Amino acid sequence: MITLADQLLVLVLLINFISLGTSRLMFSIRAVAAQGVILGILPGLIHPFSWHLVAITVVILAVKGVIIPMMLGRAVRSAEIKREVEPFLGYVPTLLLGAVFTALSFGFAGRLPMLAEHQNYMFVPASIATLMTGFLVLTTRRKAISQVIGYLVLDNGIFIFGLLLTEAMPVMVEAGALLDLLVGTFVMGIVINQISREFSSLDTSLLTSLKEE
Amino acid sequence: MQSALQGAVDPALVALFAALVIGCAGIPGLFIQKPGPGQILSAAATILAALAGVPAALMLIFSRTATTYVLQWGLPFGPCELVIDPLSAFFLLPVFLVSAAGSLFALGYWPAAEHRTTERGLTFFYGLLASSMAILLMARNGVFFIMVWEIMALSAYFLLMTEHEREDVRRAGIVYLIATHIGTAALFVSFSLLAAQTGSFLLPAAGSLSALTPLASVVALMAFIGFGAKAGIMPFHIWLPSAHANAPSHVSALMSGVMLKMGLYGIFRTLTYFHDPPLLWGAVLTVCGIASALLGIIFAVAQRDLKRLLACSSIENIGIITTGLGIALLGVSSHTTVLVYLGLAGALLHILNHSFFKPLLFLGSGVIIHSSGTREMNLMGGLGKGMPRVALLFLVGSVAICGIPPLNGFVSEFLLYLGFFSQLKANNLTYLVLLAPVLALVGGLAMVAFTKLFSSVFLGTPRSSAAAHPHEAGVTMLLPMAFFALLCLVIGVVPQLALRLVSPVITAFYPQAMSATVSTEYGTILGRLSLAGVLLVSAVVVVTLLWRWRLGKGLISFTSTWGCGYQRGTARMQYGGTAFSELAVSVFDGIMRQRIKRPALHGLFPKRSHCSDVPTETLLDKVISPLFSLAGVSFAFLRRLQHGQMHMYMMYIFVTLFILMLWAH
Repeated sequence: MITLADQLLVLVLLINFISLGTSRLMFSIRAVAAQGVILGILPGLIHPFSWHLVAITVVILAVKGVIIPMMLGRAVRSAEIKREVEPFLGYVPTLLLGAVFTALSFGFAGRLPMLAEHQNYMFVPASIATLMTGFLVLTTRRKAISQVIGYLVLDNGIFIFGLLLTEAMPVMVEAGALLDLLVGTFVMGIVINQISREFSSLDTSLLTSLKEE
Repeated sequence: MQSALQGAVDPALVALFAALVIGCAGIPGLFIQKPGPGQILSAAATILAALAGVPAALMLIFSRTATTYVLQWGLPFGPCELVIDPLSAFFLLPVFLVSAAGSLFALGYWPAAEHRTTERGLTFFYGLLASSMAILLMARNGVFFIMVWEIMALSAYFLLMTEHEREDVRRAGIVYLIATHIGTAALFVSFSLLAAQTGSFLLPAAGSLSALTPLASVVALMAFIGFGAKAGIMPFHIWLPSAHANAPSHVSALMSGVMLKMGLYGIFRTLTYFHDPPLLWGAVLTVCGIASALLGIIFAVAQRDLKRLLACSSIENIGIITTGLGIALLGVSSHTTVLVYLGLAGALLHILNHSFFKPLLFLGSGVIIHSSGTREMNLMGGLGKGMPRVALLFLVGSVAICGIPPLNGFVSEFLLYLGFFSQLKANNLTYLVLLAPVLALVGGLAMVAFTKLFSSVFLGTPRSSAAAHPHEAGVTMLLPMAFFALLCLVIGVVPQLALRLVSPVITAFYPQAMSATVSTEYGTILGRLSLAGVLLVSAVVVVTLLWRWRLGKGLISFTSTWGCGYQRGTARMQYGGTAFSELAVSVFDGIMRQRIKRPALHGLFPKRSHCSDVPTETLLDKVISPLFSLAGVSFAFLRRLQHGQMHMYMMYIFVTLFILMLWAH
């Protein structure tokens, strides 16, 4: 099963590059939803069966695979934007940076003082690489929706790290983390609406005009 | 009977429950659409809770044992203990009394029908503030203490911002918020160091730490800064006048009467941890205290805003209390039992007294402002004719705060004077006697300040049309004031009872201080004082009756007050408050200045002109404001980091994370 999990993680890494390289927002949202679905399946592959596990899988699939993409899709449609044009940093440079960071995270994870049974997994490097990708999206994109996508990727990175601990983690903590994500996306959705109504654009760099002099 | 009651219900539990009820009292009002019932419900709940809480607190003061309750809070900061010892119970008394009186007062002063938008929040945060203060007194875990402390500070901020549409209110709010958080930052340092020393966040037991280590000095200093900022002791008083002046009056009463005392409670509590404090600590407290008292009252004399005057006089009273605590600490260091006893008794009694007469005065100021529509004393006048009852109650408060017998302010200051003189024949600490003239000066200036206040508000003829039609306050506003006035009178006339109330607290603070000879000796002195008080009160009553009788007999003619025989005198020709205090303030030119802008008069028939005065604090203008603007200039480059670009903020986090990862290698 571990090999299957590792292959899925490679898929997760590839999806990271999709979210870094595409300018079409809907495609990006679907990619991140697919990433969420993969992450939902993963716990079932690496841990023995329990009802706790089933509950987690179902909730993750529902939240990351269905609810959040739907909310984001609606936001994209209502704001009538299809593409992220002119990001702060172009697509090719971000892709290259993403590749560098992914390589770095593999190097970094190799040196971490891990437990012996976690040593050979791809979980930690994949987690750090996804985290970095999320940060890259957050820092380089201009549109509020791209930022939400960055936030989701970032959270996926954290989630992969948590996979190692799924059994040790109480349900409440996971439910809290998921709820946090859901509420975060929800609030972002409201913010997106407000920004687009106020500035008739979704450019977050316009938020500087709110700054106190 | 007392023990039977104690057997039935633990008074500590009653007090805790009362505190929670007060905290929740404002919640139903948030959900009731109709204005009115929520406020009445909250007032009723608060008063009922106080009726249960005050006897419970009294029982706890006199009970020998303190029960410990542990809150199951599931946070990784050790057990969260709640204990009410006599010190906490003593401070609980003003919390319950003032919050109950204030919530009753609010019914008339801030009725829901007139203030639909603000009343709900005000009522809710009022309860929250009172409740957080009560629970603060019970908290024995440093982290829990800071949490409750912060709830207290923030609910006071929201109360203060009730009229946030006004520019000066917002400014006062910002200054308060900054000051209180500087204080909290100092408390963080203090509590963390304490936890590092004892190995747990539980507050250390009395006398369990040595005061001689350098760490102890830092803990004490940081606690002094943190708690002092809340109490308004001199270098940290900047926020106090504007905050108290701009809050609704019953909130000012709660803030000044009780919240400042929480700072003092913190200082008391911190001092209990250490045994054998060095002489320096007591000296610092005494010097800061007497400086606050003197400067505070000088500021008060110069004010022309009614509530600012009262707020500055709070600084003075806090200063007097701190002085008492300071000399008590000097007594502890030098093992002089009498000094400890007198200093602590004076300080504790003054805490109680100040939490009676200051709310009385603040509530009175609320009635005055409600009626005249201004806080400017120079625009009032003659209000005593329209509201004789308020004037009488306000007079009681003014006399009490000036420390004139037979009211309560005198008793506590008298104990302090006794303390200053007690070391006259001793070998060391003789110089304490030098504090007596300073305190006398403070008392004298307080008389000037409150004569100015009372005469320009209640006496004479109205100076503006707004003040011309005063109306007597309703019963919900008069009742709390009358209650406080009665308490002032009772403590003034039977001070022995009040002394008995503070004795267990003194024992808890410093057990050796309560030797039988000392307490009986001063008990008898206060007994004689009580006799004199009764004589004075009866003399006042007799003179009043004689005067009434004489008035009833003779022929009465009505004319304008202080008309000075002018044919066409106007109300503006009266001797005003600014003129009254000008001489007194001019003596302290270096500290406080009434900057009076006089018009230059030309010709035989000068044109209409204006005269204005602005009280300016030299210390604030010359030292503190330049310091802040210097800090603003020198840290301006930091503002470039805060540019409003969201992704750059993300970048900061990212870069930090990256550096940390590389560093870990």
